[in-house]
Order: sequence, then C-alpha cells, then structure tokens
Amino acid sequence: MKKLFFYLLVFWVVALSLLPFLWFVDTSLKTEVEVTSIPPVLLPSGSLEFYISSIREYNLLHYLGNSLVVAGLTTVITITLSLLAGYTIARLRLPGKQYIMNALLLVSMFPQISIAGPVWRILQNLGWLNTYQGLVLPYVTLTLPLGVWVVAGFFRELPPELEDAAKVDGCSHIQSLFRIMLPLAAPGVFTAAILVFIYAWNEFFFALLIMTRQDYQTLPVGIALFQGQYTLPWGEIAAASTVATVPLVLLVFLFQRRIISGLSAGAVKG
Amino acid sequence: MNLSLRQRETAFGLALLLPTTVFVGVLAFFPIGYSFYLSLHRIILGLPGLGSRFVGLQNYIDLLSDRVALRAFLNTMAFVFLSTFLEVLFGLLIALVIHRRFRGRGLVRAAVLVPWAIPTVVSSQMWRFIFNDKYGLLNFLLYGSDISQYRAWLAEPLHAFLAVVAADVWKTSSFAALLILAGLQVIPDELYEAAEIDGAGPWERFRRITLPLLRPALLIAVLFRTMDAFRVFDLVFVMTQGGPADSTNVLQFYGYKKIFAEGMLGYGSAISVVVFVITFAVALLYIRMLGRRMFQERL
Repeated sequence: MKKLFFYLLVFWVVALSLLPFLWFVDTSLKTEVEVTSIPPVLLPSGSLEFYISSIREYNLLHYLGNSLVVAGLTTVITITLSLLAGYTIARLRLPGKQYIMNALLLVSMFPQISIAGPVWRILQNLGWLNTYQGLVLPYVTLTLPLGVWVVAGFFRELPPELEDAAKVDGCSHIQSLFRIMLPLAAPGVFTAAILVFIYAWNEFFFALLIMTRQDYQTLPVGIALFQGQYTLPWGEIAAASTVATVPLVLLVFLFQRRIISGLSAGAVKG
Repeated sequence: MNLSLRQRETAFGLALLLPTTVFVGVLAFFPIGYSFYLSLHRIILGLPGLGSRFVGLQNYIDLLSDRVALRAFLNTMAFVFLSTFLEVLFGLLIALVIHRRFRGRGLVRAAVLVPWAIPTVVSSQMWRFIFNDKYGLLNFLLYGSDISQYRAWLAEPLHAFLAVVAADVWKTSSFAALLILAGLQVIPDELYEAAEIDGAGPWERFRRITLPLLRPALLIAVLFRTMDAFRVFDLVFVMTQGGPADSTNVLQFYGYKKIFAEGMLGYGSAISVVVFVITFAVALLYIRMLGRRMFQERL
C-alpha cells in the first residue's frame, strides 16, 4: 500500500515533468488542419510539414547555426578561463581570494537589466552589436561564476599530495597545473562545460538586445519572434522548439549524474 | 628577479585570475556603476541631438510617481513570493521522491531535469499554447468539446499572472529540488535508524530530523530561487508582453521597455539601479540569515 502510493507519486512527478513538452512535440508532428482544429486532435498524423516549413520559411537552420556558434564559443572561452581561475582559487595561497569568490557569487545574482543598458552601449561603441563576439563576451562574463565555482569545487577535491609530490620532483606551478591537475580535473571540466553550454544555448534577454538583425539571431530569439501573417504559426513554433530542446534532453539523459552534482556543487556542505 | 616561493605563487595566481577579473570587471561591475551614472541624465536613444543632460535625481523622483512602475514593482514582489514558495514546496516534494532508492531512479531524475534544461523561451511558448483560447490543451481538459466555455486565460489579468507563475514553477521546481536533494544526502542514515528504534513514526522523523537538518539547504534554495525570480523576463515577454492591463508587467520587463523600446536610457537606467538595489538588499538579508560562516566554508 505504502509502496503503491510512492510509485504513484513517482508517476505523477515524471508525468508532470514530461507531458507538457511532449504535447508540444506532438503538436509539431501535426498538419495545419490538425493544429487549428477545435477541440484539439490528440494524436498527430506524423507529418513533417512544420519542420520543412520552419526550415524553408522561417530560417530555422540559420538560427540553429548561430546558436551553435555562440554557445560553442562561450563554452570554450568560459571553461578555459574557469580552469585558470578555479585552479588558483582552489589551490594557490593568495591573499583575499575569498573576495573574488564573493564577487563572482554577486555577479551570478545580478539582474540582467541592471547591466543591460551599459553593456549595450559599450558594444554599440565598439561596433559589436549584431556580431558573434558581441554576444559571446557578455555570455562569458555571465557564465564565469558558474564555471569557476564548479571547476574550483573539483580541484579542491583532488588530494594535495599529488601536487606536493610533483613540486618535490621540481615541477613548477604551471607544469603541475597542466600536467597533473588538468587531466585529473577532466570530469569536473566536462560538467562545467555542459552547464555553461546549456546556459548559453538558452539565454534570451541579451540575445534579444544585441542581435537585432535576423542574420545573427539565436534560436530562442527566433522562436520568441516567429510571426505568421494573420495568426501565430503554432506548428512551426512547436517544430523549432523541439529542435532547440532535443539536444538538451539528450544531454540530460546522458549526463544526469554530472549535471546534478555540478548544480549542487558546494551548494550545501554545512 | 629574486622572488620568494610565496611571492612567486602569488604572482602566478594573480596572472591566472587576470582574464576572469577583466571580464567580470568590464562587463559586470563597471556597467553597474555606469547604470547609476546614466540614471542621473536625460538621454533619449532616438534623439541623439538632445545629448545627455545632467538632471540629478529627477529620474528617481519621476519614478516615484510612475504608476506603471509601482504596478511592476508590486507584480514582481508578488511573483517572487508566490513562485519561490511554490518552487521550494514542490522542490522539497520532488527531492524526497528522488532521494529514495528505487529501480529506475536515474531515469526519473533525468526526467525531472527536463523542465530545467528546456530553454525558457520554448517553455514560455509551450505554456502560451496550452493556455490558448482556441487550440489550448487546458480548455480541452477542463471543458472537453464544450467550446462555448473556452476561455482566453492570458487575456484575463489575474489568470494571466497565475499562468506566468505556473509556467515558472513548472520550469524551475526541479532546480530547487536538486539543491534540497544535496541537503538530504548529507543527513546521516543512523539518525533515522536511531529514531525508528525509539519508536518515532515517519511524520515524526520528517519533522524532527529531516526538516531541521534541511534548513540550510532550504534557505539556499529560497535564496537562489528568489534572486532568479527577480529577473523574470522571458516568460513575460513571450506569454503576455506585460499585459493585459500591466497585470504581468514586472520590473525587468518594464526596464527593458523603457530603455530598448522607448529609448529612454536615463529613465530606464534609474529602474535598473532600483532593481539592483532591491535584489542586493534581499541577497544580503538571506546571506545574513544563512550565517556568514556557512558561506566561508563553501570557499
């Protein structure tokens, strides 16, 4: 009886998590007639017409490409910088380094609007609105707290004896970072990379401000601004949404354990 | 150069921190100050001929009598309280479920993470479609084929607000759940075993062991969710554009409208500064509640 109640609870948690999105996937596989029928048709005919028209008429592949470039570049840069900073914070004796962690924590809590105007102005002066670097630079800034936090957490868990031994053998700090610490921290780096990639892939606010020209817009901006001539193109919106989400769902199912440990890294230790 | 080992370590550390410091300094901290500077001026983006005239605190004075701003402030507060409360509540429930050992737990955990991973714009469009007056799933589930009963949920002020809250709760309860799960995992099993031997029932064990020991994790979940709820934007932009009748207008959306739709950079910056000050104050309050010691331990 108790067991049954528990599994019922599990069922509800899973159903409520997945069904709303599956309904959207279902919608994307319908035909125009099915989407606009009242009351709704539950089972789709499995038509791919919305995927084709979102590619042909709404430039879906273009948005997808931009998202890949922006999220990819952001991940590479943020992770590189997080490695350097995370190692320092976890391993080196540096006066006042806790202030840097506090500052990063603060940045992760900034409401975007409080920096939006100035960031936009800076980019405008540089002529970087509607460029990839114009979006990647703010993204790197906003994902650094997450990256440094996760990477530092992993470095801290490596036994200090490893480095000490290397130093006795005459390794400099640089050598010990690249030869000993980096390979060992690879799982942590990978976790941080997944989280940063998801953040950059999903971000909307800055993408909306900075990419005003369609050529450079990312998927979230495209999906938010899809407009039909008279009505909203729900089928195309659902198809593009599915395309934007499937890679993330794959990441989640493949790396569930890493994501959970990364997100709660250091969140609760006391 | 003849530097001591310690000095060399410090220099090396500073060099490694330099790029991160530059990014965060130029694109996060400098803009905060620059926002304040801009908020003391009258700048209209569409009219560069006007230049930027120093007006002192005039923008802030105007803000006090701006009824839409007041509405956005109250909406934001209502949104923050309601969504954070529900997310931590559901988060706790989910965490208790996925903490138990059972077959297929990994898959259940992954399923729970899906709403968190979905781009907010996508989940916003998805909920907007579910709440749609004609083709929406909600109307169908409530009223079946009785089309005369169908309602335009997002066109009614209170329902639109609750719809935005519901969409946010759906998307982010799982994040709260993960933070709470981390707290559950550090409670030693022996405590429960001892309590069971002493004859404590499940409710008693939850109330006397789980809840008190989970307090730090719950507070952290509340802190993170509160800070995130203050910047709600995507949902409002996609689902309601702040309407109907400003019932879902929130501070971040209002600031965005002022600066980027109306071009009022000075006035909009005043809103930005106010949002920053409010969130900063709330964050400090929470951190004090959590106790400084805990934050230091995390470093």
